[in-house]
Amino acid sequence: MCQCCNAAETKTKEALELEKVFNKFAGKKGALIPVLQAAQEIYGYLPAEVLKEISANLQIPLSKIYGVVTFYAQFHLKPRGRNIIRVCLGTACHVRGGAKVAEAVTKAVGIKDGETSEDLRYTFESVACLGACGLAPVMMVNDDTHGRLTPDMVAGLLEQYK
Amino acid sequence: MQLYRAHVLVCGGTGCVSSGSKKIEQALTDELAKQNIDKEVKIVETGCHGFCEMGPIVIVYPEGTFYCRVAVEDIPEIVSEHLVKGRIVQRLLFKAPVTEEQVPSYKEIAFYKKQQRVALRNCGHIDPEDIKEYIARDGYEALAKVLTGMTPNEVIEDMKKAGLRGRGGGGFSTGLKWEFASKSPGPKKYIICNADEGDPGAFMDRSVLEGDPHSVLEGMLIAAFAIGADEGYLYVRAEYPLAIKRLKVAIAQAEEMGLLGENIMGSGFSCRLHIKEGAGAFVCGEETALMASIEGSRGMPNPRPPFPAVKGLWEKPSNINNVETFANVPVIYLHGADKYASVGTEKSKGTKVFALTGKLRNTGLAEVPMGITLREIIFDIGGGIMDDKKFKAVQIGGPSGGCIPEQHLDTPVDYDSLTALGAMMGSGGLVVMDETSCMVDVAKFFLNFTQKESCGKCIPCREGTKRMLEILEKICDGNGVPEDITTLEQLGKVIKNTALCALGQSAPNPILSTLRYFRDEFEAHIYQKKCPAGVCTAMLEYKIVAENCKGCGACARVCPVGAITGEKKEAHTLDTSKCIKCGSCIEKCKFNAIVKG
Repeated sequence: MCQCCNAAETKTKEALELEKVFNKFAGKKGALIPVLQAAQEIYGYLPAEVLKEISANLQIPLSKIYGVVTFYAQFHLKPRGRNIIRVCLGTACHVRGGAKVAEAVTKAVGIKDGETSEDLRYTFESVACLGACGLAPVMMVNDDTHGRLTPDMVAGLLEQYK
Repeated sequence: MQLYRAHVLVCGGTGCVSSGSKKIEQALTDELAKQNIDKEVKIVETGCHGFCEMGPIVIVYPEGTFYCRVAVEDIPEIVSEHLVKGRIVQRLLFKAPVTEEQVPSYKEIAFYKKQQRVALRNCGHIDPEDIKEYIARDGYEALAKVLTGMTPNEVIEDMKKAGLRGRGGGGFSTGLKWEFASKSPGPKKYIICNADEGDPGAFMDRSVLEGDPHSVLEGMLIAAFAIGADEGYLYVRAEYPLAIKRLKVAIAQAEEMGLLGENIMGSGFSCRLHIKEGAGAFVCGEETALMASIEGSRGMPNPRPPFPAVKGLWEKPSNINNVETFANVPVIYLHGADKYASVGTEKSKGTKVFALTGKLRNTGLAEVPMGITLREIIFDIGGGIMDDKKFKAVQIGGPSGGCIPEQHLDTPVDYDSLTALGAMMGSGGLVVMDETSCMVDVAKFFLNFTQKESCGKCIPCREGTKRMLEILEKICDGNGVPEDITTLEQLGKVIKNTALCALGQSAPNPILSTLRYFRDEFEAHIYQKKCPAGVCTAMLEYKIVAENCKGCGACARVCPVGAITGEKKEAHTLDTSKCIKCGSCIEKCKFNAIVKG
């Protein structure tokens, strides 16, 4: 009995998406980072199995891929929260009280910088600059930028993100 | 073509979007339809106006009326009063900070008056997603001039005459850079735009990409023609999704009109441009690291020589310039190199965009001629210090730059004068600090940043910045010893001389410059165990001033450790052994009854 057809049918939606990405970048130079970015977009993070698949497909050693993944801040090897909280601790936010905003986030959602809550509702990261210094201190939740923050605004703001 | 009697420009830059400009645009669309004038008035979503502090910004033309901090509730009034009856809504005008005078016109506002906008010429004035608006402002005319009437050598000669220097940090001559790449032999060359703006406190590249993406594309094409490249990359920070989206739109529109791609304008010159999204590593702003990243590797710098002009991306000759540099290029060929060089100082020509941030009244982006003084930028354009506090220092050039004190504020700003002061033009981030900022803490902040972002390839940067940071942490914690200052200076000099790339070589600058101008603050931390600005918590003690305390209990309720006690309507007391110095009580107290020191 033909095994391969069966295997193709049971492929998950994510795996099919990933296949499309492989096709799009097939034979292109410098494809690794865009492929990793696309894979993370599909899975939400980069599971070890996916990295192995990328290694086989792009013919790049897994060790090199691991090196790239751990070098860039954008890539994640662990599952991430549904809502990503990014508190800016850049210069402008630093002098206007960004650290207090970060403390307020920890107080509101109970996780520290770099952590993900157990229910996967939030991931909290501090970043060096969001480029919205005119509105310092600034925090981004997913794609929304919130500026001119005070620590007491934080809990209410985060509550909106389920 | 449909003609309109009025245009309403709504700022769609990141700053104003986060202050709610999308909702304002929607409300405006609805209100115009409701009042039946949607055929007479056109709404244009523009890029950044630079005055982010006052956002969301709405400008009504033909008058050029500048409305700031507009809310959705204000829209019906703007439409029925201004657009229907022609009466300006006074209460929404910008108020001059000191005189409280209302300023109706865009051009009359002090923030804009001293500016000279070249790189930002179209930002805030055109719809960045419509190539026709760029063309209407002489867009792609410089490219036409270059492709139809000039040789690559003439293009390079003109660039050298104009004297443009790299706006991303180093300040190297753009003309020379192009000449090196053009002289490198080989049929395949690359043109690269460095849009990996990572300096904390700088956002000019973001504004140019979001507000006027075609100016960058046109600059890149002229450079590609000059060096003989037929392919190029824009390496953009992934944290800038709007910039990436607008660049994609711009590239598609330019390709469709034959201004990009094969046989541009029928001249026989071809060039394709691609977007590469960065993946979040500050060091990728360094050109050799950036190219390693495009190739799909860890973004680590490589020793130079070989320079990118000889062996760059995929080992082919490459030329890499920053966003703001490219945005300046078309202007040089449109109006002539001599005209461009007539602005600025002897060795630094043209204008520079500064990102004004920190404890300033007017924060935002300001483009000024080189040679203007820091005092003019901070006090005339920036409106002076917030809350009438005293100016202490201005940090220029981000993590590679330095802090400049009051006594040097009258120095004309250019590449060389800033370097002489121990700072650096860098990308043009300008963070103003007042008497409440601790300079040791600021130095620690920058070192913490460079130390985290160090790629780890060379030892001076990987180990040296770590050791310097440990010393600074020790000083801020109140455990500094006198030798620390000399050790910091020695380490700083060694790292400067021996690190592999610009990130490491410039990492000690913030510390060395603060040691040069604010040594007394370091000494106060080390000898008296005091933080004069009251920032370093380890050295602070909180006290309640009994005569000011009204006994309202607000501080006791907010204290997370129960260190404050007292009867209602009687002076409270603070137990310093329990106090964790979080500062929550000071924020809540309305009577200035809690002091730290």
